[in-house]
Amino acid sequence: MDLETFWFVLIAVLWAGYFVLEGFDFGVGMLLPFLPRGEEDRRTLLGTIGPVWDGNEVWLVVAGGATFAAFPAWYATMFSGFYVALLLVLVFLIIRVVSFEWRSKSESEGWRSVWTWANTVGSAGASLVWGVGLANLVYGVPIDSGGDYAGDFWDLFSLYTVFAGIAVVLLFAFHGATFLTLRTVGDLRERAEHAARRLSIPAVLVAALFVVWTVAVAMDRNDKDLFPPALPAALAIVALLLAVAFLFRGRTGRAFTMTALGIISAVATLFVSLYPRVMVSSPNFENSLTVDGAASSHYALSVMTVVAVIFVPIVLLYQGWTYYVFRRRLGLDQTAAETSDAGARA
Amino acid sequence: MSALAVTTVELARVQFATTSLYHFLFVPLTLGLAPLVAVMQTLWYRGGDERWLRLTRFFGTLMLINFAIGVATGLVQEFQFGMNWSVYSEYVGDVFGAPLAIEGLAAFMLESTFLGLWIFGWDRLSKRVHLATVWLFALGSWLSAFFIMVANSWMQRPVGSTVNDGRAELTSVWELLTNRFAIYAFTHVVLVGLTTAAVVVFGVACWHLVRGRNVELFRPAVKLALIVGVPVSAVNLLVGSHLGIVVTDYQPMKIAATEALWDTEQPAAFSLFQIGGFTKDDQTPSFDIEIPYLLSFLATGSFNGEVQGINPLQDQAERDYGRGNYTPPVRTTYWSMRIMAYLGTLVFLVMAVGAFLFRRGALERRRWFLWVGVLTIPLPYLSALAGWVLSEVGRQPWIVWGLLKTSDANSPSVSTTTIALSLGIFAGLYGTLAVVDFVLMRRYARLDPPEVGGEDDEFAVPAVGY
Repeated sequence: MDLETFWFVLIAVLWAGYFVLEGFDFGVGMLLPFLPRGEEDRRTLLGTIGPVWDGNEVWLVVAGGATFAAFPAWYATMFSGFYVALLLVLVFLIIRVVSFEWRSKSESEGWRSVWTWANTVGSAGASLVWGVGLANLVYGVPIDSGGDYAGDFWDLFSLYTVFAGIAVVLLFAFHGATFLTLRTVGDLRERAEHAARRLSIPAVLVAALFVVWTVAVAMDRNDKDLFPPALPAALAIVALLLAVAFLFRGRTGRAFTMTALGIISAVATLFVSLYPRVMVSSPNFENSLTVDGAASSHYALSVMTVVAVIFVPIVLLYQGWTYYVFRRRLGLDQTAAETSDAGARA
Repeated sequence: MSALAVTTVELARVQFATTSLYHFLFVPLTLGLAPLVAVMQTLWYRGGDERWLRLTRFFGTLMLINFAIGVATGLVQEFQFGMNWSVYSEYVGDVFGAPLAIEGLAAFMLESTFLGLWIFGWDRLSKRVHLATVWLFALGSWLSAFFIMVANSWMQRPVGSTVNDGRAELTSVWELLTNRFAIYAFTHVVLVGLTTAAVVVFGVACWHLVRGRNVELFRPAVKLALIVGVPVSAVNLLVGSHLGIVVTDYQPMKIAATEALWDTEQPAAFSLFQIGGFTKDDQTPSFDIEIPYLLSFLATGSFNGEVQGINPLQDQAERDYGRGNYTPPVRTTYWSMRIMAYLGTLVFLVMAVGAFLFRRGALERRRWFLWVGVLTIPLPYLSALAGWVLSEVGRQPWIVWGLLKTSDANSPSVSTTTIALSLGIFAGLYGTLAVVDFVLMRRYARLDPPEVGGEDDEFAVPAVGY
């Protein structure tokens, strides 16, 4: 594999990591006003993602930085072209970040309710825009012969891309609810499981349709064959179906593994459908940006490859360790937590 | 058409200035408070003095409120290059992108992950491991500052790269990382951070002392703040002034504009204060207070050094790069440098007087001085912001010194309306955040630090929870 392809794959991996990790904390954010029965529950919910959401969000910072460094032309065209969309993402992420830190800083019910909703709107909004935005890479946007974006904000919306946004929102809500079944106890856990079951069928149906549609879009608009995009798409569908099956049999740990795998496969479907281009141009397909055309020089890519090979495993180690440290379930009854923790592991 | 283009660039510049300066309101306190809180926790860990634990949590809370906004505004910084400056991004990505990507992977990941572990790890980790998490957080924040300063310094002094096929390409990562400009700028930034944190800790402690509240608790905090603040703010003045010499070597025009020095002088006097003399048509100030020889010393390290003036440098630049205006805004750079330096000196003096009074055991009785301590809190911030204005405005008209002009670097596909819209949204959002953040910080800074039991199970409640 040449370095350009390696970095394309690495960026796909970073997006997949971002979606899996921030996916569940977005999901928890979306469920925040609905699942809990009072302030105590809400704090427990926030507590499940409290130690990790910040580390999860850094995956986005790294994905952005890696795109800038490895594919400057891609970064330049995508970020200037998707301007309003990214502006929305930033606003959503900012109000969400702030909600985490500020919500508990006053006892006032009105204050807390404002930041609860800020978190929910931020989580759902950012998920929606990421879905729409990434789907546009494959679907195609107007690009001129100089490689600049030639459309406007409304060009980002088509039936397919909006559907992609909805799929991401539903998938993250499902992923988040499944996550909560692993991290809470008692009544809250039961309600999380109930929510996960109710979300599972629509989420999986919409997500399955999304990956199939993505393969069709790739064949239609990006000159791709059925294979290889169909492989990750099939994997995504199988994983998500297994997630539903495990969930209804009460095996929530395995269900969560499968929602994570489903998300990874869905992201893989998108990026496999995109390769060897990084942004499809439509109309004027010949203006599409390609992996080779958008990449940095061989030397710059080599330097960053060394850095990535050293640091990605280190990051995975200490982030993994964080999840291990905070593996204990949260809830009012700590004894029950320990017992059910032991049960879940068995 | 060209008038419109200018507006777009100007708006993009205003937006960059707004978001960068706003971001830097939060950065220095994190840079400085992280190691200070780590030291406090270490003192508790080693000596068992519970006051240090209470101080750790007290200042840790302030650090967190502050860090949250820093993360959010940092994301805007990263996105903004591509959004508003796509030509720049494509031109520099090969070089400038590398330190940004490395920052994310090697530094920011470390910072965020270990902050989470620190906040929530009080009852999950052993005391020793928990202590390590706050030090790793501090390390992450400093590494992060290093890579960002490497990126910024490349814009000031592009090294380790060559221009190939209309864009910059990295040729030596070692030269990029050891850029002399970056070494000084990074040192300057972390010292600014430490100074800011020392002033904040000192000011907050003074506030409690003046009220006669928690005196026993805040006395050691005052001592720590002074032990750090006095030498660091002094060394920072030296490092800052040496950075001036580095700038003279690579960006003589920036120094000339900063000093409103129109003609080359040897020796050159330093202008302390002047009225007029800031424009091409009005090169002689109507009123001026000068210290002879000082500018030669500050800019070259020698009292008899030659300092080049704006007029010859402008002529030289036109010969090198073609017709155009190569003079940065003189009035802005002149005053931003002086605000930075004067406030920086004032901060050092307050710290020094504080240390003098503290050693004589007279600090707590001098109520007026305790109020001075409280009122000093904004000064390092204003000084730091002025420093960034000097650094970035002084680089104009270049976005990358000698290679790419700011006016050629913005996104062609982004309209003036769009930038105006986003500028409005960010300004509104940032304004709100600033107010709420200030109110929260003030409230938490005034709280009595909660009592902490000596038993380990008392730590079940995290320092900051949701």
